[in-house]
Amino acid sequence: MTEHDWVKIQQSAEFTELRRRLRNFVFPMTVAFLLWYLLYVLLSDYAHDFMGTKVIGNINIGLIFGLLQFVSTFVITSLYVRHANKKLDPVSEKIRNDFEGGA
Amino acid sequence: MNVAAGIEGSNVALNIGIFALFVIITLFVVFRASRTNKTAVDYYAAGHAFTGPQNGVAIAGDYLSAASFLGIAGAIAVYGYDGFLYSIGFLVAWLIALLLVAELLRNTGKYTMGDVLAFRMRQRPVRAAAATSTLAVSFFYLLAQMAGAGGLVALLLGVEGKGGQALTVIVVGVIMIAYVIIGGMRGTTWVQIIKATLLIAGAAVMTIWVLANYGFNLSGLLGAAVEKAGDAGEKLLPPGAQYGATGTSKLDFVSLALALVLGTAGLPHILMRFYTVPTAKEARRSVVWAIWLIGIFYLFTLVLGYGAGALVGSEAILDAPGGQNSAAPLLAYELGGTVLLGLIAAVAFATILAVVAGLTITASASFAHDIYANIIKKDEPEDKVAEVKVARRTAVVIGAVAIGGGIAATGQNIAFLVALAFAVAASANLPTILYSLFWKRFNTMGALFSIYGGLITCVVLIIFSPAVSGGKTPMFSGVDFHWFPLSNPGIVSIPVSFLLGYLGTVLSKERDSDKFAEMEVRSLTGAGAEKAVTH
Repeated sequence: MTEHDWVKIQQSAEFTELRRRLRNFVFPMTVAFLLWYLLYVLLSDYAHDFMGTKVIGNINIGLIFGLLQFVSTFVITSLYVRHANKKLDPVSEKIRNDFEGGA
Repeated sequence: MNVAAGIEGSNVALNIGIFALFVIITLFVVFRASRTNKTAVDYYAAGHAFTGPQNGVAIAGDYLSAASFLGIAGAIAVYGYDGFLYSIGFLVAWLIALLLVAELLRNTGKYTMGDVLAFRMRQRPVRAAAATSTLAVSFFYLLAQMAGAGGLVALLLGVEGKGGQALTVIVVGVIMIAYVIIGGMRGTTWVQIIKATLLIAGAAVMTIWVLANYGFNLSGLLGAAVEKAGDAGEKLLPPGAQYGATGTSKLDFVSLALALVLGTAGLPHILMRFYTVPTAKEARRSVVWAIWLIGIFYLFTLVLGYGAGALVGSEAILDAPGGQNSAAPLLAYELGGTVLLGLIAAVAFATILAVVAGLTITASASFAHDIYANIIKKDEPEDKVAEVKVARRTAVVIGAVAIGGGIAATGQNIAFLVALAFAVAASANLPTILYSLFWKRFNTMGALFSIYGGLITCVVLIIFSPAVSGGKTPMFSGVDFHWFPLSNPGIVSIPVSFLLGYLGTVLSKERDSDKFAEMEVRSLTGAGAEKAVTH
């Protein structure tokens, strides 16, 4: 395997597509969950009264927000696994097999 | 209550007995695991042969330290909602590891964080920098765990006085060194798996028990915690009891929140776990398992914290030896008497022991692989036998340093030291890892700027923070040389590190797009990645 071959794979249509699929999923998702987390942190930090508003019994908006952070983490995890299994693994497997077959 | 007698109702012989049983079983497992340890890849990465789910449980074991179990439960019991904020930061952080780091790292490296950072850079300086920050993060984390071990065990086992506490720290240190040098990564991983199972099962039993007391009504439990706390009770439910006092303390909370969410994916002992599985896909599965286990565990701590507040009461907790940290053990005693207290005490001790072992193997691997093999012996033929020998010796040295530091640090604020380790990891490691994986132009100078710049900024700000001098519970009392207002430096040091990484890169002419092509193809496809070793 020479450096030239790595560049060739990197510039191939298949690899470009793999990178696009990965980045188009993980970058926006990362920005989204970080903003969502930051919103939660800032509300907890600067909007005590709002977060302290009771909704059901002693359960307040802050607690619900906090539990929603757990839910969103679990959901994003599952979404990513589905995306990776369906959209990423088949392409990366093909590139890897071509590489190892040809090496 | 007499401090030396430990927690009231504690049966010292029972506690020691349960703990001794844990040590005997795990040492037996470690010995068995060590029979297949032949080569460097066994010692560093368990032959890349664990499955995703096994490694996921082990990650939970490495991650859920005493700070997570005793610290968060205690903080919720005393401060209510503000304690819960920690667990959310600790959990959400895992998405960065899942989406951006775990798989790419597994595909690109072999044993250490330095493998990935130095992949397309000049080897010597970048490996030296990676090893330096690995050792720094591990050291702060180790100190926290050892200090916790001294205090906690003294409390639970009724060990008296400074001499007795020092003896406990030495015993913890020696057992931990034995795990690491006998079992290597394979043995240490099994210890993590056993510990995580015990910890999560123990927390689950206590959670169900607490909820059953309130007819499985969370609102009822919260109400009972408020009622028990008396006048201060209403403050337990909304945020702000701990961080809401002033503008500075609010900003400090934002800083802490940033360090928590960005620190996890830069912790070297977590990163190293991704090498114990055969493929990137297994690395992904292990993170998924870890996220579920860690998330569920933090939900348990929410119930345990408010449960301790309701059944034990924050006054009794703060009066107990160990203060906040004794909330979970006191709750165990309240629920299940001496036997449950003994079990939970042993689990807490096992937790510390396992985390310390995980940190030690990481630090020793980084020294042996990045510094000894790739810097000191760079121009000589590869000698893996000598390298592993060096790793084992380093583990002994690190163990000895941890024992010494742990004895000196007994009584220090554990949560502060752990948050410090997260801040250093978020400042020195994460920016460098992300640039290295995703930014083509990134180069040696950029990597050195972001690692050393982040590390130095972070440590300097901590030294001159109110946590070290001049604050409410400083490390050094009686002097005041602080000028930085926040206890956690993350909000400054993390952006500084990103900025320095950028500046260093554009100020240097070095660029190697061919090597980046190799790294990018390898990281995304796993072509040419290290394979599992079968025995």
